[in-house]
Amino acid sequence: MFSFELLLDAVVIGVLLGCFYAAVSIGLSISFGLLDVPHVAHPAFLVLASYGVYFLNEHYGVDPLLAGLLITPLFFLFGLLAYRLYYETFEKRGSDAGVRGIAFFFGIAFIIEVLIILQFGVDQRSVTADYVGQSWRLGDMRIPFRLVVAFVVAVALTILLTLYLSRTFMGRAIRAVAQDQEALRLMGANPIRIKQWAFGIATAVLGIAGALLIIVAPVEPTLDRTYIGRTFCVVVMAGLGSMSGTLVAAIILGVAETIVLTLFGASWAPAISFAMLLGVLAVRPQGLFGRRS
Amino acid sequence: MKRSGIYFWTGAALFLGAALLMTQVIGNQYPFFAGYVILQFIVLAVAWSILGGYAGYVNFGTAAFFGMGVYTAVFLFKAFGAPLPVQIAAAAAVGALMGFALGLLTLRMQGIFFSIATIAATIIIETAITNWRYVGGAAGIQLQRPAVTAPFDNYVEMLFFVQAMLVVLAVAVSRYIQRSWMGRGLQALKDDELAAECTGVPTLRLKLMACVISGALLCAAGAPAAMYLQYADPASAFNLNYSVSTLAMSLIGGTAHWAGPVIGAIVLGTTQQLLTVTISSEVNVLVLGVMLVLFVVAAPEGIIGLVRKIRRKRNEGEG
Repeated sequence: MFSFELLLDAVVIGVLLGCFYAAVSIGLSISFGLLDVPHVAHPAFLVLASYGVYFLNEHYGVDPLLAGLLITPLFFLFGLLAYRLYYETFEKRGSDAGVRGIAFFFGIAFIIEVLIILQFGVDQRSVTADYVGQSWRLGDMRIPFRLVVAFVVAVALTILLTLYLSRTFMGRAIRAVAQDQEALRLMGANPIRIKQWAFGIATAVLGIAGALLIIVAPVEPTLDRTYIGRTFCVVVMAGLGSMSGTLVAAIILGVAETIVLTLFGASWAPAISFAMLLGVLAVRPQGLFGRRS
Repeated sequence: MKRSGIYFWTGAALFLGAALLMTQVIGNQYPFFAGYVILQFIVLAVAWSILGGYAGYVNFGTAAFFGMGVYTAVFLFKAFGAPLPVQIAAAAAVGALMGFALGLLTLRMQGIFFSIATIAATIIIETAITNWRYVGGAAGIQLQRPAVTAPFDNYVEMLFFVQAMLVVLAVAVSRYIQRSWMGRGLQALKDDELAAECTGVPTLRLKLMACVISGALLCAAGAPAAMYLQYADPASAFNLNYSVSTLAMSLIGGTAHWAGPVIGAIVLGTTQQLLTVTISSEVNVLVLGVMLVLFVVAAPEGIIGLVRKIRRKRNEGEG
């Protein structure tokens, strides 16, 4: 039953899947990793973006990736608003932000879930495009085209964000605010506006990530619960806030998932990300590429 | 015994008496079906806030404890035909063990990392149960209720009364902890764990005790649910809704006093029951989310905090 070809197959698919996981986690890598916002509603935002893409694709026949780009500005504004609300109610008051912050985002996630159910129903939804059903033959291996699309877009997204954070003025400001907010304030900059901008970008990225999510597999309203494990696993394993680390950690997760899937079957798959997350938290809380030690 | 103690135990006796009287007088089954769920949430919320409220460790794994309670009962019932008290006692023991493991976890992580770790543990346990054929696997398992014991003439009425006893137990334990040295110690470590440790508060022992007690009660509350539904499946027994509902009830009521979670569970539980009947179960999750966000934003200390604030204002006005 087990063979080398099967393993190679699993590794190749796993790497592609991993890059897709990087794309859906990279926003959280900014919001939770760099800004310390306990953003458990991140996967709910992601699923919401997928439904936005579904809506545009179903009613206006827009290509899913283009639809993802179209909703990106909307999500940017949404992110600005969400951070403002979070800042005014928690960070500004300063007291006990941890507990109530998590509860706040869980509440938001539940509200989004139900609104999606009320609008679109509980059924699975998928998009139509030329590349969704096709696959690509490479010797004996069959590689689904939708995974290749996700792979290319995900790698491009990671490189762009890494460049943005290291080369542009605003990107460097974001990393500075993550390192020392008070020092930035003393330099005469406004850390809150920078953080709000960063949260906006973290949310805007979800427009594209949501498009990839619905291209890779059909979505349903409660899908965000599985992705809490995957996204947080990737971000924590990467070491909070490291963009290249996010890509590596996501690939590790993707490969681990496909190997377990091949060896033990699909029913064990949901536990993989959470087990790895628990392991990383227990053994090496600063992550593989951690900025704090 | 102090006067407040007399009031408390008289109230508890009256509550149990009323519950027993209800089972003997009311013929309609619906009040027991709905009441059982509310009582169950009171136990869950009170048990949760022993760790989450007093010690400030936000446990998102309520569903893990609840689900293990359900499946302990299912396993014992299927394997040995164990009676209900044995199921509940065994579930409490399992919960205490899980609580101990959770307590060890607090050594390495705090804040959001602890919360995420508890979600992770929930999913891992759920997956393990899903892959365990003997207790039904992913498809779930049907259970046939045994004959009911006197003085009850209906199984749900009996479960209702059993859950009412668990409420009294949970509240009594929580009240005792709050008023004893344990409560003060937990309060100290919630405010500043390092400072508490330095001044000689045995933080590890306190955390372990809080986790074990909280875990045992959470698990015990889940045990009767198997017989209540006559059915168990992993996806609903380990549903994240239990974790978030319990957390919401505690926060809405206020975690500073033992009565907070009780009030929160009654308010939110009753609202949810009414909405499920009159509108739909989706809207009931929506209300859960909206109330959680509203209270966290507008009334961070919960209903108890609001009442205290109003009282303080009135006193100032008089003075």
